[in-house]
Amino acid sequence: MTGPHRLPAGGRIDRSRTLAFRFDGRRYTGHPGDTLASALLANGVRLFARSFKYHRPRGVMAAGAEEPNALVLLEPGPFAEPNLRATEIELYDGLTAESVNRWPSLRFDLGAATGLMSGLFVAGFYYKTFMWPPSWWNRIYAPAIRRMAGLARAPREPDPEVYEHRHAHCDILVVGGGPAGIAAAHAAAAAGARVMLADERPRPGGSLPDGPERVGGEDGAAWAGRMLAGTSALLLPRTTAFGYYDHNFVALAERLTEGLSPSERAGRPRQRIWHVRARRVVLATGAHERPLVFPGNDLPGVMLARSVTAYIHRYGVLPGNRAVFLANDDSVYAAAREFARHGGEVAAVVDLRVDGTADADGLPVLRGAVPLRTLGRRAVTGIEIESEGAARRIACDLVAMGGGWNPAVHLFSQSRGMLRWDDQLQTFVPGRSAQAERSVGAAAGRFDLEGCIAEGAETGAAFARELGFDAPAPSALPERPHRPAPAQTAPPAGRGKAFVDFQNDVTAADVALARREGMHSVEHLKRWTTLGMATDQGKTSNINGLALMAAGLGVPPAEVGHTTFRPPYTPVPFGALAGRNIAALADPVRRTPMQDWQEANGAVFEPVGQWLRARYYPRDGETMREAVARECRAVREAAGILDASTLGKIDIRGPDAAEFLNRIYTNGWKTLAVGRCRYGLMLGEDGMVFDDGVTTRTGEHRYLMTTTSGNAAAVLDWLEEWLQTEWPELRVYCTSVTEQWGTITVSGPQARALLEPLVEDIDLDPAAFPFLSMREGRIDGVPGRIFRIAFTGELSYEVNLPWRRAAPVWAKLVEAGAVPYGTEAMHVLRAEKGFIVVGHETDGTVTPVDLGMERMLSSRKDFIGRRSLARPDSQRADRKQLVGLLPEDASEVLQEGAQIVETPGATPPVPMLGHVTSSYWSPVMGRGFALALVRGGRARHGDRVWASATTGESRVRIVDPVFYDPEGARLDG
Amino acid sequence: MMRIECPWCGGRDETEFHYGGEAHIARPEDPDALSDEAWADYLFMRANPRGVHAERWMHAQGCRQWFNVLRHTASHEVVAVYPMGAPRPDHPETAA
Repeated sequence: MTGPHRLPAGGRIDRSRTLAFRFDGRRYTGHPGDTLASALLANGVRLFARSFKYHRPRGVMAAGAEEPNALVLLEPGPFAEPNLRATEIELYDGLTAESVNRWPSLRFDLGAATGLMSGLFVAGFYYKTFMWPPSWWNRIYAPAIRRMAGLARAPREPDPEVYEHRHAHCDILVVGGGPAGIAAAHAAAAAGARVMLADERPRPGGSLPDGPERVGGEDGAAWAGRMLAGTSALLLPRTTAFGYYDHNFVALAERLTEGLSPSERAGRPRQRIWHVRARRVVLATGAHERPLVFPGNDLPGVMLARSVTAYIHRYGVLPGNRAVFLANDDSVYAAAREFARHGGEVAAVVDLRVDGTADADGLPVLRGAVPLRTLGRRAVTGIEIESEGAARRIACDLVAMGGGWNPAVHLFSQSRGMLRWDDQLQTFVPGRSAQAERSVGAAAGRFDLEGCIAEGAETGAAFARELGFDAPAPSALPERPHRPAPAQTAPPAGRGKAFVDFQNDVTAADVALARREGMHSVEHLKRWTTLGMATDQGKTSNINGLALMAAGLGVPPAEVGHTTFRPPYTPVPFGALAGRNIAALADPVRRTPMQDWQEANGAVFEPVGQWLRARYYPRDGETMREAVARECRAVREAAGILDASTLGKIDIRGPDAAEFLNRIYTNGWKTLAVGRCRYGLMLGEDGMVFDDGVTTRTGEHRYLMTTTSGNAAAVLDWLEEWLQTEWPELRVYCTSVTEQWGTITVSGPQARALLEPLVEDIDLDPAAFPFLSMREGRIDGVPGRIFRIAFTGELSYEVNLPWRRAAPVWAKLVEAGAVPYGTEAMHVLRAEKGFIVVGHETDGTVTPVDLGMERMLSSRKDFIGRRSLARPDSQRADRKQLVGLLPEDASEVLQEGAQIVETPGATPPVPMLGHVTSSYWSPVMGRGFALALVRGGRARHGDRVWASATTGESRVRIVDPVFYDPEGARLDG
Repeated sequence: MMRIECPWCGGRDETEFHYGGEAHIARPEDPDALSDEAWADYLFMRANPRGVHAERWMHAQGCRQWFNVLRHTASHEVVAVYPMGAPRPDHPETAA
């Protein structure tokens, strides 16, 4: 027999096989079908965990998803999963688990000393106790509190498991495989509807296998299996519906390898997240038993009454020998009888209701009695109650409580359905629906078995009918049997900590304190005390908490209301949410044709959107600065080549293309000849610079637009938006051709000499092939285009080749002596020329005038953003304007983002004049230089101001932003 | 997550779409004729009703076409889908 508390027979476990497992290093045995909790209970283990704040000893309270106490760390190392409920972990051979939040050990825990100082740690203590001195909060208080409080530690190693996602559509999704859910799925599937049934347990049946209930004489689990076997419903066991979103979108987490050891589950996904879109949803999510709030109600050995029955019937485990049942609901009497029938001794049934009418049927019942406190240090040894005005003690090793039932309305509430307070049940039940769903059975506050089954079947059929399937017409549901109401949760009578939220260590006194301090709203109560904010989302605590608040305020609980139920219903691993979208698959990867060569030749890359661009190409032992300086010199003195393939390219064609460009760009396009290129500036309608680039007229009604690398998709969207929504009359068509053309920029005085041997039918002579024009021809035998465009200020040819033919040309140019230069050198070279980069010199608040680009603004036409340039704010003289900066210390390179201030060391608040937008070392000038946006900067050339950064303050001189070859003499080589 | 009926592709998940803000805000024919205030109104001012709202959506991961949607901003019910340029359909709950 696996443990002293295992009954000789019964339970839905496989007694023919024995599984060995470890908890906190000790070896135990159990059976297939056990959970970690049931196996440990069978072995007489009562202490499972230490509590979150006070480090109080805790045992198992429940038998399912609502368990607040028995959280464990499952498996060590990379397979570790923190804060799993022992009541849901299916046992497997070799399982290893550890208790949480204890040091050095579960039995002897030093943190329990916080319990002795618990007066300090009441609700909101961290807002008050640790206020002074303020500087201590980050350094001393917060780290200490964080060390002491909490649950399991997060695993440090990467998760070796894989997770996957799946999308599904169905006519009817049924959540919950209990009697009502099975009946609904059966009825809907029988009518021909596509049905999915998600059930969090390993086998369907819901609460049926937890007790002695039979369906029409048939064993409950057998009935469940039989009902589903003959239908087309897709049953997903071990699957939790954890989130209910708009338009009947429900997220499910299916645990695919539950009950398998890490080695057995190798190669199989750990979980699958289902994205289900259902035309109708049936919520058959059952109900959770409500704990009672009394001093010491968290001691190991205090359990929920129906959970005691569940351990007997599901696992063949009798969780105690002599029990006191605390009844605030008639269902507790049935639990007491089951306990007695299986050999337990019922010391007393303490009925909290004075007017209780349940049939004692031989049980020792004390009516109108209340629990004062539990007795025992690490586990229950007895209970003190008050009966007929006198306190008395009853020895026991199990206290089974039942405060009534809370329908599991979480998903209903997430669907934005309105909850309604039910006085008869003393809890919230589903009210008005917001989406196409219906709650049935216990989830709707119905607890008679026949009624639940009838309601489920009726709802399944009714939904099928609504969707056009042929289902039987509705029949009358059986009347709900009368159910004596439980008493409202009242402040505890005895002294000592009476827990409301077990997982977050929130007591009845905390709720009362919150009320005294003015937290009358349930939302304030939640945030002040953290009630309901633990990993169990307040499944066992929320209703008691708000009922206590209501009692304290002297108002009905309906008036106090409830907090928002939020996903997830039970915790979902981050890995499952991420699915396969991790590491290399986290984002699409885009590769340039030259990237293989660049990788093979030691390039250092930087991410630009989904691209990696070669930033620089260090040679043996070169630092970044040395490499960039060498690359810059090569372009200024000889020739370099840049991989510009990532530039966005959009093919624009149609008879109205020129008119369209005229409206989109700030400058004029109607006079551009075929084969000529023009730089264009695009504004948002607010007048701020949005993108820039060169556009070439490639044919009579055809243009090739280039955009910045990072903005390519946004620009295409922008063009499409205007064409489709504002100017549908324009006959213009836009196509992205970014990945059709590989682009190599050859730049420098030797560019022509270098390129000439590869070009067959294009005259590269600047006289024949002027700046800002385009030629088509064969380059190394490949048909392509060459553009005379220069971002460096040197003689440049931008060679466009079919994507897959570009790399060999690149290699030949390198062989011929071209020096590959990266984006860093490109930035230095363009900044020396005062050329802006969108996103460096602009940030969505910069106009063309601010950049000194008035000449780009046509006065002969309207364009997007033009009217905004006339707004008073766009005309202010003190707008930030583009300037150059030279540090007085020529060796200094300013920090990008450094603030420009008038005087150093000023006392805050310091007026901010602007900031450094680009800053580099210029090899050609032999000094550091920068571009900046400075208030009224264009009128301040020659002024000295200060650049203030985390590295210190530097004196700088404001200068013209064009540092190199202002006349453009070098453009033609 | 909402499900939106693309007029060209059919019902698709919200994640396939781009939201384009309030519909039926035409670009002024002659921006120069507008006062600064009227221009700012076109640029910045948008309705924010609790109720049925006419708005633009684009099927970014499908046909890439823009269209209009009448959507209830509180219940997220999609009341109507209609093409660009078409007038806003009548709806009893239409917010002023």
